[in-house]
Amino acid sequence: MSPDTQSVAPYGFESYYGRPVLKEPAWKTPDVPLYLFLGGLSGASSVLAAAADLTGRPGLARASRVTAAAGVLSSLGALVHDLGRPARFLNMLRVVKPTSPMSMGSWTIATFGPLAVGAAASELTGVLTAAGRAAGIGAAALGPAMATYTAVLLADTAIPAWHDAHAELPFVFGGSAMAAAAGAALAAAPLTESGPATRMALAGASMEIASTQIMTRRLGLSGEPYSPGRAGKLMLTAKTLTAAGAAGAVLGRRSRAFSAAAGACLVAGSAALRFAVFDAGVQSARDPRYTVIPQRERAARRAAGTSGE
Amino acid sequence: MASDVCKHCTHAACLDVCPTGALIRTEDGTVIVQDDVCNGCGYCVPACPYGLIEKRQDDGQAFKCTMCYDRTTAGLMPACATACPTESIQYGPLGELRERAASRVTQLQAGGEAGAQLYGDRPDDGVGGTGAFFLLLDKPEVYGLPPDPVVTTRDLPKMWGYAAGAAAAVLACVLGSFTEGRR
Repeated sequence: MSPDTQSVAPYGFESYYGRPVLKEPAWKTPDVPLYLFLGGLSGASSVLAAAADLTGRPGLARASRVTAAAGVLSSLGALVHDLGRPARFLNMLRVVKPTSPMSMGSWTIATFGPLAVGAAASELTGVLTAAGRAAGIGAAALGPAMATYTAVLLADTAIPAWHDAHAELPFVFGGSAMAAAAGAALAAAPLTESGPATRMALAGASMEIASTQIMTRRLGLSGEPYSPGRAGKLMLTAKTLTAAGAAGAVLGRRSRAFSAAAGACLVAGSAALRFAVFDAGVQSARDPRYTVIPQRERAARRAAGTSGE
Repeated sequence: MASDVCKHCTHAACLDVCPTGALIRTEDGTVIVQDDVCNGCGYCVPACPYGLIEKRQDDGQAFKCTMCYDRTTAGLMPACATACPTESIQYGPLGELRERAASRVTQLQAGGEAGAQLYGDRPDDGVGGTGAFFLLLDKPEVYGLPPDPVVTTRDLPKMWGYAAGAAAAVLACVLGSFTEGRR
């Protein structure tokens, strides 16, 4: 490293020998992307299950209840694996802290989890069915929060590709969670009852793809890490699988095999999206340009008096 | 050369996002990690606008500069300020240090160091000013420091608002999927 590398002139900004300003997220892969994906799948499945139950679609309700319970348990498992040992999750419940999305999310999981698992257990065993249905409705009340809070979790950091995306990211994750839950239901529920899942797949996929498009266009420089390299490939994979899954859900709705394949595409697309967003965040922390240039521009705008900041 | 000292922000993102309450503000206004409470969730790491706090490799818990809380409570100066032979690192009441730094900057600028500037000394910046501030001779980014850091939680109320909107959209879409006749 010689002093002449200090000024990275071709990029129009300076840095300390190109070293990152920020630390990369210390979260493990695949633990944390899976935690994000499974939480979304579980949350949206709980809403689908309750609506199916209340409208007299027992097969769809059963499949979605099981997905919701399996999803939240695996999500918690992924989080605990990232933390290192189970007892560490209990530290999350020491305080209730609205300034920490991780705290709010932990309380959401701690409330949602037992309700979702209780509803599924009652469904599978046939005991306490009234309590099971009530638990399912309770879980559904928290389901939309489960599907979206993880977007705030990522956005509430100094990572430019996440923080600057805070307006769209909850819609991206919410749409993706719906697509995943609908996909799981299409694969597991009886075809005679899967009409709502087909429509939900379309709604979720549209919301995910449209919000992602708006997000990456609006972001400018901070959105750059979403296109090249591994993150870019994963973004494209997610979009392709989600679009194909949604199309397949409609076109193949009379075929068991077709519906199952479309459902699998939707679930895989949703998972790929979380890995893509996670990866883009890591990339944007590694390159100091994503930290320095927008901050320089903000400071210049403030100096010129054109910003309300 | 610059020490990787924690800035001890007035509005500290690490402290805000910590879900366990392990990160606290001390009676001196500094920010420290309580080892017996930290569960190694790592949220503070990407939250820090200076990229300072880090996870230990062995137990995965967060660690960072404490401004030598153990030494200062025993009446000593932080180790870095004690060890520095040129007194480039100074410790004392913040107001006093700011005055001393301001006059030193004026002196340097008069001597031809046009780039001389203070970094982190202003209480109206994006982190509310920092407990550890620097006298730089060039732009902050040349030293690996962010030029205009902002505490991420400043936007958190807006983020919860967007999330609530998205959650409502999810609920509406799922319920809407049931409105068409049964198939």
